[in-house]
Amino acid sequence: MLKKLAQSIKGYTKHTILSPLLIMGEVIMEVIIPVLIAMLINCIAPTGEGAEGETNFIAVFFQKLIGTPSESGDMNYILLIGGSIAVCAIISLIFGSLAGRSAAIASTGFAKNLRKRMFERISHFSFRNIDKFSSSSLVTRMTTDVNRLQESFHMIIRTAVRSPSMMIFSLIMAFTINSKLALIFLAAVPVLVVGLTLIMTKAHPIFKRMFKRYDKLNRVVQENLRGIRVVKAFVREEEEIKKFNEVSGEINEDTVKAEKILSYNMPLMQITVYACILLICWFGASVIVNYNVFGIGEKMNTGELTALLNYTMQILMSLMMLSMIFVTIVMSRASAERVCEVLDEESTITDPENAIDAVADGSIRFDNVSFAYHEGKNVLTDISFDIRSGETIGIIGGTGSGKSTLVQLIPRLYDVSGGSVIVGGRDVREYDIHTLRDSVAMVLQKNVLFSGTIKENLRWGNENATDEEMKAACIAACADEFISTFPDGYDTYIEQGGSNVSGGQKQRLCIARALLKKPKILIMDDSTSAVDTKTDAMLRETMANRIPGTTKLIIAQRISSVQECDRIIVIDNGKINGIGTHGELLAGNEIYREVYESQMKGDDKE
Amino acid sequence: MSDEKRESRPQQQQMRPGKGVRIPGQKPDAKTVKRVLSYLIAYKWRLLVVVLCIIFSALAGVYGSKFLQTLVDGYITPLITAKSNDMSGLLKEILVLAAVYVLGALSTFAYNRIMVIVSQSVLKDIRDTMFAKMQKLPIKYFDTHAFGDTMSRYTNDTDTMRMMISQSLPHIFSSLCTVIAVFFAMITTNLWLTIFVVIAAFLTMLLVKSIGGKSGKFFVRQQASVGKVNGYIEEMINGQKVVQVFCREEKTKAEFNKLNDELCANARSANIFANILGPVSNNLGHLQYILVATLGSLLVVLTETLTPGGLVAFLQLSKNFTNPINQVTQQLNAVIMALAGAKRIFELMDETPESDEGYVTLVNAKYNENGELVEADGRTGLWAWKHPHGDGTLTYTELKGDVRMFEVDFGYVPEKTVLHDVTLYAEPGQKVAFVGATGAGKTTITNLINRFYDIADGKIRYDGININKIKKADLRRSLGMVLQDTHLFTGTVMENIRYGRLDATDEECIAAAKLANADSFITLLPDGYDTLLEGDGSGLSQGQRQLLAIARAAVADPPVMILDEATSSIDTRTESIVQKGMDSLMHGRTVFVIAHRLSTVRNSDVIMVLSAGRIIERGDHEKLIAEKGQYYRLYTGAFELD
Repeated sequence: MLKKLAQSIKGYTKHTILSPLLIMGEVIMEVIIPVLIAMLINCIAPTGEGAEGETNFIAVFFQKLIGTPSESGDMNYILLIGGSIAVCAIISLIFGSLAGRSAAIASTGFAKNLRKRMFERISHFSFRNIDKFSSSSLVTRMTTDVNRLQESFHMIIRTAVRSPSMMIFSLIMAFTINSKLALIFLAAVPVLVVGLTLIMTKAHPIFKRMFKRYDKLNRVVQENLRGIRVVKAFVREEEEIKKFNEVSGEINEDTVKAEKILSYNMPLMQITVYACILLICWFGASVIVNYNVFGIGEKMNTGELTALLNYTMQILMSLMMLSMIFVTIVMSRASAERVCEVLDEESTITDPENAIDAVADGSIRFDNVSFAYHEGKNVLTDISFDIRSGETIGIIGGTGSGKSTLVQLIPRLYDVSGGSVIVGGRDVREYDIHTLRDSVAMVLQKNVLFSGTIKENLRWGNENATDEEMKAACIAACADEFISTFPDGYDTYIEQGGSNVSGGQKQRLCIARALLKKPKILIMDDSTSAVDTKTDAMLRETMANRIPGTTKLIIAQRISSVQECDRIIVIDNGKINGIGTHGELLAGNEIYREVYESQMKGDDKE
Repeated sequence: MSDEKRESRPQQQQMRPGKGVRIPGQKPDAKTVKRVLSYLIAYKWRLLVVVLCIIFSALAGVYGSKFLQTLVDGYITPLITAKSNDMSGLLKEILVLAAVYVLGALSTFAYNRIMVIVSQSVLKDIRDTMFAKMQKLPIKYFDTHAFGDTMSRYTNDTDTMRMMISQSLPHIFSSLCTVIAVFFAMITTNLWLTIFVVIAAFLTMLLVKSIGGKSGKFFVRQQASVGKVNGYIEEMINGQKVVQVFCREEKTKAEFNKLNDELCANARSANIFANILGPVSNNLGHLQYILVATLGSLLVVLTETLTPGGLVAFLQLSKNFTNPINQVTQQLNAVIMALAGAKRIFELMDETPESDEGYVTLVNAKYNENGELVEADGRTGLWAWKHPHGDGTLTYTELKGDVRMFEVDFGYVPEKTVLHDVTLYAEPGQKVAFVGATGAGKTTITNLINRFYDIADGKIRYDGININKIKKADLRRSLGMVLQDTHLFTGTVMENIRYGRLDATDEECIAAAKLANADSFITLLPDGYDTLLEGDGSGLSQGQRQLLAIARAAVADPPVMILDEATSSIDTRTESIVQKGMDSLMHGRTVFVIAHRLSTVRNSDVIMVLSAGRIIERGDHEKLIAEKGQYYRLYTGAFELD
């Protein structure tokens, strides 16, 4: 999984490596400063015997550089050390800022790459892949989950480097100042580690549960908002409030539980820090005034005492940060898994080797085709039929009978579970997918227009369509008549989801878009349900005249939409119930007759 | 077919500019602060303890820093000079300090603990109040406010508020206490150095603020880019199937990459500034430290106003003074954001709830032996309006389902009247159908009958009673609604059907499902009636969801039904089977039907043809066909319906 995610660093490798390095530089400068301050203090305070022999290598280095004070309170010396500290601070500032910059560049770049890779992956998903993840889950994965990973990545290359190196360098400094006193840290660190680990392991599962509950709360609100008319119509406000309060109470309970555990954090930290300070003060003071207490033989001075106190804070605070980093990274694991699921998902439909790149004609043959969305539950069984190029075929069937599924097999939106679909004389699985889909235009039942002008939407069908071609397609789809009434005509802006045109207008635009592809086969899946019968009839007529060579498959609810077709296929329960002309079916097919009668009922009534 | 959906919310389009859009940079006012505090007042005693604990904890820290002075000046220096090693006095001091530290840590623990409970309780209060208030809001609110906007009040806004109450506020207060305590400790150590530190801290604060401001500017841009990218992702992923059918994968990828790069650039700038903030304030602290150290050294060496121990302690103190100030500066941003969120939450709470002056209630009824209508305990299949009068008497009117509208005018916004002068009679047991183009006002009429909206002029009588006098809950209980947008809730199929009537038995639910012709597909689901539906029943087809919605309304067994495009996604053959069930269910009851498909409305007793908010034709199918008017043109396909 990590390897998969790490691929997204590409292009930002430099900054990903630079950031930790720069941070190391910053940390080293920050660690040096307390030693210099110690020297400064030693210069003014009575130091005891320890002052002459600096044991710390940094201090020795600086003494070589700027010499030793000629007397206690040597002004020049004080200024020299002050200057050194200022230089260190400025270097640290530069390193720190550059590191921050690198970290920002690397982490935002990482997120960008991740989003890009996911989007590409999703673009190549087959319908079956899309069905597997729901749209909303894909959206969350690309937004929330990626954000969370970005934060974690940022933390890893920044804080997760800073804290441990700060701790290690500070420990090293503490040991070079006084190895015996530094042992106090070695005692304190495990105490803190054990304490923090206990707290985190106890709190983490509760937090995890809490996040799930938050999801549930959001879902309750979301469903309530979406279905507010249902809630009000059934007068269920009180029940909804009860439902909400229940989840809200659960969250409250969990949060309190988890945060109560976390409230041990600060005191634990304080106790450890305080204990270290007290011990260092006591032993330190003892060493300074009375060289050999408890066998601590090393000499020390007042300045070094303050340096040790400074390191106490740095070491223990780093540990604290480390535990927080740990939690964040653990929490982002779920996101990483969800993102990787998308990246790992192999498209179930891929181009074959030696793909055929031209479709000969618009003939279609189904050969014993069966299909199941979920194994074992056949939606289509034993479908066989033959359609000649240029024929117009109507398909009729009840809700969930499998009509849409059947036509989706033709442009290979799904692969058959058994049998074969043959287009233009070849199995659809032998074609290059784009070739096949460019020849088979499909107007989906759940069709979508995208935000953009009408022209932009039409160009989906043909990138290079001229204005005349677009107008011609719209005339054929009976869309020109209403487009020309819009003030902006073909440049009218379509809102997201096509919410500013009516259902019938949207359907006709979708048909025009499909016509622009100049397909060999045109499939219309219930695409004129919102169009009135007269326009519907006109549409069929213009299409018959303008694209006579194109095979046309029309799925419809209305008998009137299909009755003039060359042949009509009646689907029931995933099986072919009958094929024939309107007249033949009316005479010999019970289902067809029933549908016909249900639609003509009013006429027969007195 | 989203055309009807749009009709049910026409005002959304009209009011688009005024929609509850988040205005960035809203300044939180004192009123919001006061209101947040008012939630905290309920816990005032606990908060008092918290305040005391924070103060004590801050003092303990300061005491520790001051101790360094005692250590150096009181013990180390004299002892070195005296070449003595009598440490007993120091031991005592250290033990006292240990005791102070232990108490300090305990009070930290105490206030953290108490704050957990207080902040979580406050948040639960706010959350629950907000939801309960929201349930009382009129449909108009939901129609005029964007879904995502309301949703974000429960997620983002509540979340920032949680951060503020449980983290920022205690943190800021504790920082303030520390700063004040340290300030006094510094003054007692050395006045001149203190003045220097205060000035330095102030300058640092200004710098931190200005970098923070720059970062903030880019964060706003980043948010805008995030919105764009998310919008694009949403549009393309939802339209993914169309993208594939048109082989547009490469195009959408290119477009996405453009937006993605833009987001990356803005996010980068925002994060760079935010990341620089830390090193800057940190190292400015160092610089200040050495300046104090150098100045202090001069003071120690040249004047006698400062002791070496004093300087050591002062250095420690100055650090404790600047750090909290910088932290508060950074926290303030979070507080401002949280207050903006709080303001939006309160806005929702302050919306005017649905008013209900009704006093006529709906009761189960029966005829007693004298043939008088009286109240019954259980379901009798007979309902009555219980009408209390001013003189304390009660009268019962049988619920028949007689709905009359007289010269009704209505507009979703006062400036734009959608219904003009609508007069209609629906007699008990009649099937009344509304036909007309999108925006003609079909759904609006039903919105008025169940009082989702109130009429502007005219009157509506329900069994002779002014509907304004009927309690809204009872009015709606008497009306069964099946809408085109069928909303199902997460839960089992059975629970979803039972939503119609909570005390319905399993058998009654199944019977209703059979009536709606839903039983056949339900039994094919993996767990039958116990199948869990999630995400608004996303596993079901639109037609199946409509069948469930009909079952849900059927189990409620309401005296009057409103079917708003209830069968639009069901094929005609299934529809005619459902229709049979519905007809038997609706026998003797009033039904309002809105349908696109004329075959659905053909057998209605009365068909009203609406155009631009007026009823232009009325009569049954034969009469309207004979009139050769609009209906005739619709029927013969000479006119388009959407």
